[in-house]
Amino acid sequence: MSDLAAIGLELAVVLTGLGVLLADLWLAPAQRPRLALATAAALGLILLASFWVPAEPARTAFGGLFVLDGLALFFKRFFLLAALLVTVVAREFAEGFEAGHVEYHALTCFALAGMMFAASAQHFALLFVALELVTVTFYVLVSFQRRRVPALEAGAKYLILGALASAFLVYGLALVYAATGTLDFAGVARSLAASAGNWLLVTGLLLVGVGLGFKIAAVPFQIWVPDVYQGASFPTTAFLAVGSKAAGLVLLLRVLFEAAPELTARSGLLLPVLAGLTMFYGVLGAIPQRSLRRLMGYSSIANAGFLLVGFAARNAAGVEAVLFYLAGYLFAVLLVFLVATLVWGGAEGDEIAALSGLGQRSPALAAGLTLGAASLAGVPPLAGFWGKFLLLKAAIQAGADNPALYTLAAVTIVAAVVAIYYYFGLVRAAYWGEASGEARAAGVTPLARAGLAVCAVGVVGLGLWPGPVLSWARQAAAGLGF
Amino acid sequence: MQNLTFIVLCPLVAAGLIALLPRTFNVLFRLLALAATFLSLVGAVRVFLALHPGAAGLQFEQQVPWLDALGIRYHVGVDGLNVGLLLMGALVAFAAVCVSREITERQQLYYVLLLLMAGGILGAFVAFDLFLFYVFHELALVPTFLLIGLWGRGEQRNFATFQITLYLSLGALIALAGLIALYVQAGAGTFNLPELTRHLAAQPLPARAQTVIFGLLLFGFGILVSLWPFHTWAPIGYAAAPTAAAMLHAGVLKKFGLYGLIRVALPLLPEGAQSWMQLLAWLCLGNILYCGLVAMRQRDLNLLIGNSSVAHMGFAFLGIASLSVVGVTGAVVVMIAHGLLAALSFAVSGYLRQHLGTVNLDQLGGLLRAMPFLGGVMVMAMFAGCGLPGFANFPGEALTLFGAWGVHRTVVILAAWGALVIAAVYMLRAVRALWHGPLPERWREARDARGAWVRLPFALLLGGLVVFGCAPRLLTDPIRPVVARLVPGAAEPGAAPVLVGPPAPGPAAEAASLAAMREVTR
Repeated sequence: MSDLAAIGLELAVVLTGLGVLLADLWLAPAQRPRLALATAAALGLILLASFWVPAEPARTAFGGLFVLDGLALFFKRFFLLAALLVTVVAREFAEGFEAGHVEYHALTCFALAGMMFAASAQHFALLFVALELVTVTFYVLVSFQRRRVPALEAGAKYLILGALASAFLVYGLALVYAATGTLDFAGVARSLAASAGNWLLVTGLLLVGVGLGFKIAAVPFQIWVPDVYQGASFPTTAFLAVGSKAAGLVLLLRVLFEAAPELTARSGLLLPVLAGLTMFYGVLGAIPQRSLRRLMGYSSIANAGFLLVGFAARNAAGVEAVLFYLAGYLFAVLLVFLVATLVWGGAEGDEIAALSGLGQRSPALAAGLTLGAASLAGVPPLAGFWGKFLLLKAAIQAGADNPALYTLAAVTIVAAVVAIYYYFGLVRAAYWGEASGEARAAGVTPLARAGLAVCAVGVVGLGLWPGPVLSWARQAAAGLGF
Repeated sequence: MQNLTFIVLCPLVAAGLIALLPRTFNVLFRLLALAATFLSLVGAVRVFLALHPGAAGLQFEQQVPWLDALGIRYHVGVDGLNVGLLLMGALVAFAAVCVSREITERQQLYYVLLLLMAGGILGAFVAFDLFLFYVFHELALVPTFLLIGLWGRGEQRNFATFQITLYLSLGALIALAGLIALYVQAGAGTFNLPELTRHLAAQPLPARAQTVIFGLLLFGFGILVSLWPFHTWAPIGYAAAPTAAAMLHAGVLKKFGLYGLIRVALPLLPEGAQSWMQLLAWLCLGNILYCGLVAMRQRDLNLLIGNSSVAHMGFAFLGIASLSVVGVTGAVVVMIAHGLLAALSFAVSGYLRQHLGTVNLDQLGGLLRAMPFLGGVMVMAMFAGCGLPGFANFPGEALTLFGAWGVHRTVVILAAWGALVIAAVYMLRAVRALWHGPLPERWREARDARGAWVRLPFALLLGGLVVFGCAPRLLTDPIRPVVARLVPGAAEPGAAPVLVGPPAPGPAAEAASLAAMREVTR
């Protein structure tokens, strides 16, 4: 019974998904759009309830498969908030889906449950199951607009490359099991400590890293990102950029610092080099983009690179920085996608040039877009600035032990400047130039207004009062035992 | 009203109020902006008058915790070093709002951004927490980019916007890396400047770390101040910027980098400072000579003023590179004087562009007949720019040259030549091309600045230049004791200065230059 209590939040999310599906059968078609509100409300309640779940002491369930500690709770709240805001985006995007509005919300809930399980994984089996739950749900979400050719193309690409990554993951797990006879994180860590040079185990863990690298969109497993982001609908892209990436990141944290701390300590240049390459691939690829979703795709790769700086630092400050960065990233990305949804709706294009004159048509949306882009670019005093600041600080701190991190800090600075260039392009598009005639009159519903307000308050609030979230991040990072 | 938070918050609160008002209240936006910057100016004047020069420690100090986990606090205060900069910043901010009458489109956004910029600048000058210092600067910097992009002029507007954005962001991030490295290496767990100073005085950093961190700060801040050869953003950016943004950036915001070097880098990293000063002295020649020569070739008044403003920064760098009390004091005086001068020049040039439609020197001429008031103001500003005694630039530049004589003799000889000859050539040529000669037919109707309100900003800025020029002790008396504490190894007369680099100055040289300083500032 206590095991079920430990996964209470996940159960509530799954039940919400099932409840929405069932309610669809009884409700009149005219009433169905309200289910989005109901889903959002339920997710909001679960999010509130999560604050009554104690983080201390950490509890395990299902024979050590599942842990409920500070890190898990931090990410569960993060995923709940992301899914809540994605539901709002999906509600605004509704006209873009020709059918299946309700299924979309249910699938969002199932993907959310997968992410929340991932946050608690202490065992490679749970890691795999949670990750597949997320990935398989996203196969459907990506190609949800089934008559749109780009969506189908994106779905096929995501399916093929996702399956490939899963295959690597399974193969890696098999090798790990073959080498150690266990899939438990703690057990793997013990055998690593006992036999550090076991190449079978090392190969297995590296292959697991390939699977996770695919999720977080790190070089060299980032090829799918721009195409899939461009083809998917706005809410799906937003959820991919925030939720799916964060699920990969929390698993990477658990694997690097709980299952394979010995290997991580010996990884040398691997993480700094991957971080630098990922950043540069992202920022350089983003410069010529003209489609917003493609731009956000490359920006998502670049952000994966920035986040990897925190991993490469291999200290508590680095993990704190990753967690804080993600919190700011969540609000900023959803702000951009919410504005994009309100501007383009279900229309086919998402040319950045079409934002021209937004500042005069609807100043509130333009201001929202500016806040989001500025936070992603790392402009103080917004949330994104603190994220980059903390990452740089962690890298410079770690540089004392590993001088490669000084180089990485320099690389990060250059990449951050390039990033400012393309985010500034978004702001420029919104304010420069005259209003184009074809632009639709953006009517903003109260729900969307609330979503915009939450994101804007998040971006500004985290910038002005970073204290509370930073202390949560600190508590969450403390569990990893640096 | 002698409250620093009040001075900083006035523009910021007004920006918030303007953002909340309906879009059509154009008159109210302007009135609010004028009132807010005027209140800041009054506050800054009162702080300036009430400051006790020579008193140890900070005055009008205020502290509020912000993020204790990282040792970040809201900490503001003034001493002799920044009080003049605060006054200059508030004066230029008020003048910038005064000349913003030329803006007719999207006034709401314009005043919000302009006031954010003003508040950020004033905040940066009074901040005594390194993090707060940086954040205030960025708060002022980002609106600059938008102001240039949205209300900028000329064909190069887009290029200029992107160039200035990327260049200055790079500089700011390098400086940020330097500040973080300082924080991490010091290991005191605080960004609070007085605490860091105490901590580092007790346990100085190893020389190698000091050299690296000082390098980061020097080039990070140097890019922000348009240190040669990282200056190319400045003339183009200022030529494209709307008048008020050019005034505030060239006049005030740019001084942030110099202020950071003097306030943070010199006292906390004394050994690092010594290892870079030889290079800095030669780089500043690039500013003074190269940019002076470039300014000579300009046919566009804004580009000329922009290049001359880069050239003037060379004197401030030379003063810093001297690592002597006299030189650094001179650098601070140059900062204040040049702030007023740059703002005044850009204000006149903006007025000409608005009323004549061009500032191309080839198309203008003889305007003194049509515009006697503005012509007079501009001629005086140009004289100030050549370093004529009676204007605040003269004591500043003279002190930097005196201060640097002992350590960088060759540089001083070349720099003095640049100051006297090159500056005089381009300034006087500009005066001739603009104001003298026959008045072309098309400018016969040109209107001079009429009415007290239109003339007020010019009069205030010029007044500042003349007052500080005739009574430089108003500035040097408060600055010198603070500088004496901040400059590494600097000595009050009598003590032996500890300086490296040929030719090593003796106590006699230092005493002689202090005597010269008294002579100049009498």
